[in-house]
Amino acid sequence: MSALSKNWIKAAPWLCTIGLFAIWELAARLFGLPQYILPAPTVVFNAIVQYWPAIWKNSLQTLYTTTLGFALAVAGGLGLGILVGWSRLIYSGLYPLMVGFNAIPKVALVPILVIWFGIGTIPAVLTAFLISFFPIVVNVATGLATIEPEMEDVLRALGARKMDIMLKVGIPRSMPYFFGSLKIAITLAFVGSVIAETVAANSGLGHMMLAAQSQFNVPLVFAGLIMLAVEGIIMYAVMAWVEMRMTGWAHRGQGATA
Amino acid sequence: MKNLVTIDNVDMRYGGADGTLAVEGLTLHVEKGEFAAVVGPSGCGKSTLMKLVTGLHIPQKGVVTVAEERVTKPVSIVGMAFQNPTMLPWRTTLDNILLPLEVVEKHRGRLRMNRAEYVAKAEKLLETVGLKGFGSKFPWQLSGGMQQRANLCRALIHEPDLLMLDEPFGALDSFTREELWCVIRDLHFERKVTIVLVTHDLREAVFLADRIFVMSSRPGRVIEERIVPFERPRDLEIMYQKEFNDIVHELRGSIADARKAA
Ligand SMILES: Nc1ncnc2c1ncn2[C@@H]1O[C@H](COP(=O)(O)OP(=O)(O)O)[C@@H](O)[C@H]1O
Ligand SMILES: [Mg+2]
Repeated sequence: MSALSKNWIKAAPWLCTIGLFAIWELAARLFGLPQYILPAPTVVFNAIVQYWPAIWKNSLQTLYTTTLGFALAVAGGLGLGILVGWSRLIYSGLYPLMVGFNAIPKVALVPILVIWFGIGTIPAVLTAFLISFFPIVVNVATGLATIEPEMEDVLRALGARKMDIMLKVGIPRSMPYFFGSLKIAITLAFVGSVIAETVAANSGLGHMMLAAQSQFNVPLVFAGLIMLAVEGIIMYAVMAWVEMRMTGWAHRGQGATA
Repeated sequence: MKNLVTIDNVDMRYGGADGTLAVEGLTLHVEKGEFAAVVGPSGCGKSTLMKLVTGLHIPQKGVVTVAEERVTKPVSIVGMAFQNPTMLPWRTTLDNILLPLEVVEKHRGRLRMNRAEYVAKAEKLLETVGLKGFGSKFPWQLSGGMQQRANLCRALIHEPDLLMLDEPFGALDSFTREELWCVIRDLHFERKVTIVLVTHDLREAVFLADRIFVMSSRPGRVIEERIVPFERPRDLEIMYQKEFNDIVHELRGSIADARKAA
């Protein structure tokens, strides 16, 4: 019974995905929806095959801008998060600024980025960076700020400096928060790069979809969506895997380490 | 005997001039090698006393001295353990116990080169508290009582002269608590370490301590000092003797008065 239900749990994501596509296909055929409203999955798949070279090139471009922006966000977010979590002074000084900055819709920044850097890869990378940076900062800072006061007392009583406490307790402790935030950040990074590509680029999936839309090539638009979903899932899975590898101790309930 | 800890007419106020006055006119002495207990109602400043002695807080008024030196910064000849064991979950029990050595000035430089020596010391300690062979386990693989035993090892690894315990057994069930009373009794006997135990359990205080300080409600100060005359080593059985219960009863009366006075 339990082995059976375990297998069902394993199969569930696949069954749901296949089910979704089946219903989509069925609905498209049954209601005879025109291709420029909702192309059936088979039509979208045909479009992927037909336009593969262009799709492949643009997918790589989007993946490139996204991961580059994401990498910048990881470095910057980790650095700023440690700084903010380090001292209450820096925290109280920077926090309102960061909240305000995060509240700005990033799409509103793209025109400014275009003025500064022109149309192309750089605005996409920077938008991905700007949008995915905040959750990393917040998570790292949270991990540092929530050190148990008793732990800090024990170490301070032994003569520990702030640096010791950060290195021995704070930073290892914030790692699960950090790696957890990577999953959110990579997803947001795709949002950022695609936004920028639709507004200000001449390559990338966002650009390709916009171009396809203007030619009423709706199957190609959907092909772009599918590719984005695939890239998103793959990168998310990579981040989840990294998280498991790096902070297995924080997932003890699921028998990760024993 | 010489005093290891003296607190002389100390006032400690949190949060600026009109903040909480936690202790006022606090005076007490603990002799070297002695086992002292501090009891008092909740919020009376017992943890504050711990922090004053370890140098985590510096009082606004009065003098705290440890080993004949005035306390003006953290004192690393002290080991501390709290109710919450705060083991780091990413370190094994052994590595948790070695943590203080990575911090204390005297040991941090030697640790890398002399690791085997320190590991042997930690394993000896683990054996003393009844955790032989558990060094490679992670803290979350240990029960609450076992974690508290490991916590005691961590407090003792740098061979402190003074061990400060802040309600270390508060979160444990009564059987585990009695076991740990015996552990701490034996540690005190074997290592000749001076111990200050903060507790709100009067039986625990009377069973373990040579001298008990009763504190008033906030602002806390010592309102009674009681010598516990029982011979050492003490057996858990003494808790069922009349003399034992008389002392517990008397202390209970003092604390009840202290609470009423507030
Ligand atoms: N860091 C702090 N800031 C402000 N007030 C505090 C702080 N620590 C303790 N207090 C106050 O000081 C009083 C004594 O606290 P504490 O020493 O923790 O008492 P106990 O350990 O006896 O329960 C309490 O009223 C508490 O609210
Ligand atoms: Mg307390």
